[in-house]
Amino acid sequence: MWRRGGRLIMRSLRAHPRLHATAMIGAVAFVFASIGGAWVLGRVTDDVVVAAFEDGRVDGSDVWLGMVALVVISLLRGGSVVVRRWFLAKAELRTQRDWRRSLVHHYLDVPLRFHRTRPAGELLAHADLDLTNATMVLKPLAFALSVVLLVIVALASLLLIHPLLALLGGVVFPLLVVMSQVYTSRVEAPSARAQQRVGDVSSVAYESFEGALVVKTLGREKAEVERMREASARLRDERIHVGRMRAVFEPAIDALPNVGVVLLLLVGANLVSQGEATPGDLVLAATLFGLLSTPLRVFGFFLEEMPRSVVSLDRVDRVMEAEAEDRVGSRTLPAGALGLVVRDLSVVHDNQRVLRDVDLDVAAGETIAIVGPTGSGKSTLVEAVAGLLDRTSGDVRLGDVSVDDVSAEDWSAAVALAFQESFLFADSVRENVSLGIVTDSDARHALVTAQASTFVDELESGFDTVVGERGTTLSGGQRQRVALARAIARRPRLLLLDDATSAVDATVESQILDGLRTDLDVTLIVVAHRISTILLADRVVYLDDGQVMAVGTHDELLARADYNALVTAYEQADDV
Amino acid sequence: MTAVNEPIVPAATAASLIDDDSAPDIGAWQVLRRGIATSPELKTGLAVTVMLAVMAAAGRLVIPILVQQILDHGILGQDGYREGFVAKAAIAAMITVVVVAMASRIAFVRLVTMTESVLLDLRVRVFEHIHKLSLADHTESRSGVLVARVTSDIETLVRFTQWGMISWIIDTAIIIGTLVVMAVYSWQLTLVAVAVHLPLLPFLRWVQEKQFVAYGLVRTRVAETLGHTAEAVSGAPVIRAYDYGDPVRARLDDSIDRQYQQQLRSSVWFAGLLPVVDFVSSVSLAVAMGIGVWWRADLGVEVGELVAFIFLVNLILQPISQLGEVLDQTQTALAGWWKILRVLDVPIAVVEPEDGQELPTGPLGVELEDVSFRYRTGPMVLRNISLTIPPETNVAVVGETGSGKTTTARLFARLADPIGGVVRIGGIDLRDVDPDSRHRSIRMVPQDGFLFDRSVRDNIRFGRGDATDDDVELSIDELGLRQWVESLPEGLDTVVGERGGRLSVGERQLVALARAQVADPGLLLLDEATSAVDPETEEALAAALGRLAAGRTTISVAHRLSTAERADLVLVFDAGKLVQQGSHSELVEIPGIYRGLYESWIGNTRSSAID
Repeated sequence: MWRRGGRLIMRSLRAHPRLHATAMIGAVAFVFASIGGAWVLGRVTDDVVVAAFEDGRVDGSDVWLGMVALVVISLLRGGSVVVRRWFLAKAELRTQRDWRRSLVHHYLDVPLRFHRTRPAGELLAHADLDLTNATMVLKPLAFALSVVLLVIVALASLLLIHPLLALLGGVVFPLLVVMSQVYTSRVEAPSARAQQRVGDVSSVAYESFEGALVVKTLGREKAEVERMREASARLRDERIHVGRMRAVFEPAIDALPNVGVVLLLLVGANLVSQGEATPGDLVLAATLFGLLSTPLRVFGFFLEEMPRSVVSLDRVDRVMEAEAEDRVGSRTLPAGALGLVVRDLSVVHDNQRVLRDVDLDVAAGETIAIVGPTGSGKSTLVEAVAGLLDRTSGDVRLGDVSVDDVSAEDWSAAVALAFQESFLFADSVRENVSLGIVTDSDARHALVTAQASTFVDELESGFDTVVGERGTTLSGGQRQRVALARAIARRPRLLLLDDATSAVDATVESQILDGLRTDLDVTLIVVAHRISTILLADRVVYLDDGQVMAVGTHDELLARADYNALVTAYEQADDV
Repeated sequence: MTAVNEPIVPAATAASLIDDDSAPDIGAWQVLRRGIATSPELKTGLAVTVMLAVMAAAGRLVIPILVQQILDHGILGQDGYREGFVAKAAIAAMITVVVVAMASRIAFVRLVTMTESVLLDLRVRVFEHIHKLSLADHTESRSGVLVARVTSDIETLVRFTQWGMISWIIDTAIIIGTLVVMAVYSWQLTLVAVAVHLPLLPFLRWVQEKQFVAYGLVRTRVAETLGHTAEAVSGAPVIRAYDYGDPVRARLDDSIDRQYQQQLRSSVWFAGLLPVVDFVSSVSLAVAMGIGVWWRADLGVEVGELVAFIFLVNLILQPISQLGEVLDQTQTALAGWWKILRVLDVPIAVVEPEDGQELPTGPLGVELEDVSFRYRTGPMVLRNISLTIPPETNVAVVGETGSGKTTTARLFARLADPIGGVVRIGGIDLRDVDPDSRHRSIRMVPQDGFLFDRSVRDNIRFGRGDATDDDVELSIDELGLRQWVESLPEGLDTVVGERGGRLSVGERQLVALARAQVADPGLLLLDEATSAVDPETEEALAAALGRLAAGRTTISVAHRLSTAERADLVLVFDAGKLVQQGSHSELVEIPGIYRGLYESWIGNTRSSAID
């Protein structure tokens, strides 16, 4: 645990050495100012107060001097505190900011499968409370380190008085270490569980709020509240568990210096009686022991904070381990519509083969419909081509360049995928379509092509209307059309539509597809469910059970019984 | 007797789920008062805990005194080393140490147990309250921000209760105890020492107010960061596919940086507070010393007394500065608490009746009488709507976006109450209907087929609180979905993923329909449920829908006029008014909104279609 704690601290020290060093200087100054304060107080008591009573006369200037000395030393002490706290706060908060940044950046960099296996609420808990807790141990850091000075001074002085007393003083620290090790080893597991529970609470809350409408319509408020209560109760139990341990450790740390002083007096008194030490030595030793009590406490609290910080950072680190995916290629794609060649493409997902040995040749500018029953792998194929899924094996070449070699800029400019489920950002229509790169006129033009401009103009602030989270203020069909406009707006040269027009009327869909084909120099791959869409395609790829069963024109494929049956079903659905 | 939910002070006008930068409209003390009034359990058993903590504090005062006694009388006294006295005093000191430790331990355990339970209740209450709020409130807020309210903000209170609270008790006790002992030595000097500290009070108050505001803003920033993070996570597929990472990254960086800046800004007070306190205490020490020395004769103090007094003034410095530190933490906690109370202040739009009536079984008739509606902060959405729908009618509601058709459907499900007029279902004012009966008998299938990350079976079961596995199976068969269920990798036990992401959009709607079937509602509200379906599931869906609708009153918010063509009754909405009603064939005959809609639709979509 201490090694892990040390590593955590080193990470922050290395990133912000100057801040920590300055805080350290403040902390050391504080130690000296404290010792100085004790010394000044002692001098003032002896030379001013006691002297005044003994001599019966008051030297005004001495009194003033004493008063001024007390105030000056407090200013020094205060100054050192400001330095320590400010720079430490800065170091801690910066560390937190840095780690938080790299964590959320990581969320953006990891492959999609990462997000599909982790509850969003939990990821929120990592980014918020785990990181807040992780840096908590940095707060007492400088203070805890600086008091080591006090310990050295105190122990050395004790050694000068009597080795036995020094030994006694020295024993207290190992005792603290042992105590905190016992505490740490026992508290680690429940502490980690408590953090896990915080993540659970966050997951429940997030899922529940996301589904607020369904919760309402099902009248599931009570059940959801119960779910929350259960998750919270587990958190509470774990917290109480940890609290009970702390309730032993903390008073023990508090008691340690007192026990030490009393033992010191017992042993010391004995030494005095045997003439091995003078009473004056003992008074001094007791004072020195008093000096030790602060470091003991500060160190104790520092060690107490460590387990929680360490387990919190562990949780974050585990997420950070997931490998980020970056496009490292540097090749550019040819201009104009892009041809696509897929060879032996297989995708295994959850130990299930979703696509097997798919071969596909799409000419530049061609329109391909992908048809197949539910679960045949249509979405997987489209997502794999779009580079969103890991290919288990096989090659995908675009414009005769292997997709792995294409540079990131070229890729995102050339390929666009519109999803079955349209996700809009809680931002303006303008931003949702342009994504910050497309000009306003191009974005508006894309809205026209996507048959969305009419209703967008009718929105409260038209183009600048901010839609709700995920686009909730729009209807399903409207959302899809805005999302589609987003795909068109960047004028892609390969456009993949994964059932992206399902909420749009069949004829409107045809108009959209016609429009974008005349508008763009594009290769179009459409996952199609409507006969009208299929008829628009130059060729149809019939997929079943993750395999390409047939490729050809619609009329050619009609000869196949299975294809025929499927398409007939679509036809009937269209007529409903 | 005030209801529990009623705020003790008038509800803040700013009560809203929207998290803005507005400064707290109530002070820290009010937050504390209201917080305690909201969670009165905070006070249970507090007396004993405080007593224990005071005991521990007293013990801490006793120990240095005992040490002093041993030195003064056992070792340095006139009789030299007194073994018996030293031993006895040492034993007494040891016992005190043990008692202090025990008292601290018990006080700590009591405090943790009590506060954790209180915070559990508070967390659940905020969560429940958020669920009771209107959809409009939900729409104008971000889920991530709401999550912050039940996690991050509550955690500020947790951190506070873990040591801040006990510190308040112990340090206050130590300060008071020390003051008492000081007064025994010299009440005049004690007065002087206290008087010097007095200017600190307005200063501390000022700092406290600043801290409270600053930490309130920290809470806002934290929630903002969470809101943006949530969007980055849930929008991951789009962000990836469109290489939109950089702008999102920039937005996240910006909000993380704003959070950092605000946190740093609040640290100023924390860093700057102690020196001032230390300074004032030192001045009081110096002044007490000076006065004591100059006027020792007038005050009648002995040298030992004065030395002891100075020692005590010095001793008090630590708990005072400790309190300064606790003050900081307290303001963080109060700021979090304020955010939580602010959520609890948002009025619940739909209040359930105490002793509601049951809806009749079987298909339900619907009646609107002079119904008007607007959202809490918006313009009028519906104006004086009156209509009657006999049981078992198949109704289509049509109109442009913003015409009020979705809102009307929401009123039928009592997702909101009209601001004027009455909604009657089965002849009963909907406001008087028992909520459980309402949820069972009126079922809305929203267009967004949100599923919980559980099995298909659980998701269907959620349709009715007491549904059994058999009920689930039955509903599957009744809707003719057996074949579909069998095509799932693990049948009904297939876990659907977050929001149902592992199922297709259409499959999610199948689950939503089965979920409705299991409830056996008398009134079915379909909010465009048929619009976002992949047509291969559509056949199953159309059949299921037909079976689901049989023998029930069905109201569909229609986006396809084909739905209207098939309906018994078409309701046409325009600009918040019910402008036309009748069957499709009647309505196309007469000039009006419907015919306009129909013609544009025909022109648009059927130019090539229609057989």
